[in-house]
Amino acid sequence: MSSQKDLMIEMKSLNKWYDQFHVLKDINLSVKHGEKIVICGPSGSGKSTMIRCINRLEEFQKGELTVNSIPLNNDLKNIEAIRKDVGMVFQHFNLFPHLSILENLTLAPIRVKHIPKKEAIQMAMEYLEMVKIADQANKYPGQISGGQKQRVAIARSLCMKPKVLLFDEPTSALDPEMVKEVLDVMVDLAKEGMTMLCVTHEMGFAREVADRVVFMDQGTILEENTPHEFFSNPKHERAKEFLSQVIH
Amino acid sequence: MTLVNKFIYKFPVWLKKNLFNTPTNSIISIFAFALVWKLSVFILNYMVIGAVWSGSAKTCRELGGFCYPFLFEKARFIIFGFYPSEELWRPSLAMVQLFATLFYIKEPSRFGLKTFIYLTVSFLIFFWLIGGGLGLSAVTNDKWGGLPLTVMLAFIGILFSYPFGILLALARRSDLKILKTLSVCYIELIRGVPLISVLFMSSVMFPLFLPDGVNFDKLLRAQIAIIMFVSAYMAEVIRGGLASIEKGQYEAAQSLGLSYSQTMIYIIIPQAIRIVIPPTVNTAIGMFKDTSLVLIIALFDLLNTTKTAMRDANWLGFSLEGYVFVGLIYYIFCSLMSKYSKRLETEFLVKER
Repeated sequence: MSSQKDLMIEMKSLNKWYDQFHVLKDINLSVKHGEKIVICGPSGSGKSTMIRCINRLEEFQKGELTVNSIPLNNDLKNIEAIRKDVGMVFQHFNLFPHLSILENLTLAPIRVKHIPKKEAIQMAMEYLEMVKIADQANKYPGQISGGQKQRVAIARSLCMKPKVLLFDEPTSALDPEMVKEVLDVMVDLAKEGMTMLCVTHEMGFAREVADRVVFMDQGTILEENTPHEFFSNPKHERAKEFLSQVIH
Repeated sequence: MTLVNKFIYKFPVWLKKNLFNTPTNSIISIFAFALVWKLSVFILNYMVIGAVWSGSAKTCRELGGFCYPFLFEKARFIIFGFYPSEELWRPSLAMVQLFATLFYIKEPSRFGLKTFIYLTVSFLIFFWLIGGGLGLSAVTNDKWGGLPLTVMLAFIGILFSYPFGILLALARRSDLKILKTLSVCYIELIRGVPLISVLFMSSVMFPLFLPDGVNFDKLLRAQIAIIMFVSAYMAEVIRGGLASIEKGQYEAAQSLGLSYSQTMIYIIIPQAIRIVIPPTVNTAIGMFKDTSLVLIIALFDLLNTTKTAMRDANWLGFSLEGYVFVGLIYYIFCSLMSKYSKRLETEFLVKER
């Protein structure tokens, strides 16, 4: 058994309602340091909602959630601390259109972490180098392609040196030919040991990097298994159905 | 082919293609030409050929036509009001340096500390030049008038109402019930009342509530009234911009750990302001013209000095000349403002889209 200290994220019977609608039902999930989790399931199954609970973009009503041993509750100090540890990449990139690529990356380090501007720029350029987009640093988000935007978004979250990265369908809004460039970056990150939670339908990616695949449907976790087991021998009827539709 | 030849050959083709391509368009074109022709002939006759260029009110009355001597005689008073005639370079310079500063600031919609410092310094110089002190002879503000007064009331009104408008708009969208209610009440109250009555309140009613001996300047009261009034309108314009920012922008900012005020200052407000440049300038142009209402509280703004000039017993009956002149000044300022906003819009368009 892993000790409490090894856990990066721990959810204990997490419940969330939108008014009458029960979106998350008794979610239990533990993520260890350095673990890569892929979360999949049909749309409306609550997978995005679940990972958005981790950095408090959504509130849950019942249960417990701890990130790096910090309990997530209404205490603003805790929320602040957790957001410092948790980075997020969105389906629609959500870059800041009025700032240049470089400014998109340096804003939070300068304003939140109070890193000197020079250092922040240097760090930002390193990450842009890593996602192979350093030559676009002075352009604006409106001037680059979707795949490039998503790589910038990844670099932007990395600039805050997060301990966990959440990916909310990072390739769903991309043209097919741009999916690979983003996945390549994610694979590189995984290899470097980043703790990752990805909501995605890219099963190839799941096979390649995931330590565990979590299958959700109608607000509950139906199956949790290694990718090999999950793909070759899904236990649940809904998972089989889902896989037959996703993998052609 | 020479250029002239080219023109001779191409022009009829252009005419046929653009103005006479259908029977209906041909008829409309002919009417439009006739109208333009008639108007130009009238204006040329009245204001140039048949105009009176020199002489006195008497010659103007005998000859008819547009009376330029009236304008030559009154232009100084219309533009500067009762300002001492030997010091006119001061308000002129004050305005020139203010406009120069405004044009020098390339991106006023990005709240830089620099923008703020430039504008503050420019306004201080403006007041120093007009009001005097520090080596210049003092001119009390009951002597200020004409264009500098209009410019001051309008520009300070617009610039100060901007931050207040932002605060009111943020308060109106706030989750705090008290803030929201206060903001809604303020905005609806001000918007439900004409500017003229706000000015009247500030100049006539307000002093009645002050204790004896306490009195502050009429001009300052009018300026504050204008700022309060425009703020309500700016707030609604900016609220529209705030509402158009996607939720994803807030989420991205939050996930990066930015606080509410940081999110607003660095992410949301700069974008919102860019989106609402056209309606903001619309409000600003309206405001510039609305400052003429201060004549009811006996401030000598541009329109009031013009009206006063027309009432001169020696020069009665030349109101058309006065209105054409003052109309031209208002037109120049308003079109410059819309040009300025166009420039800002294209600047952002080129860069960010």
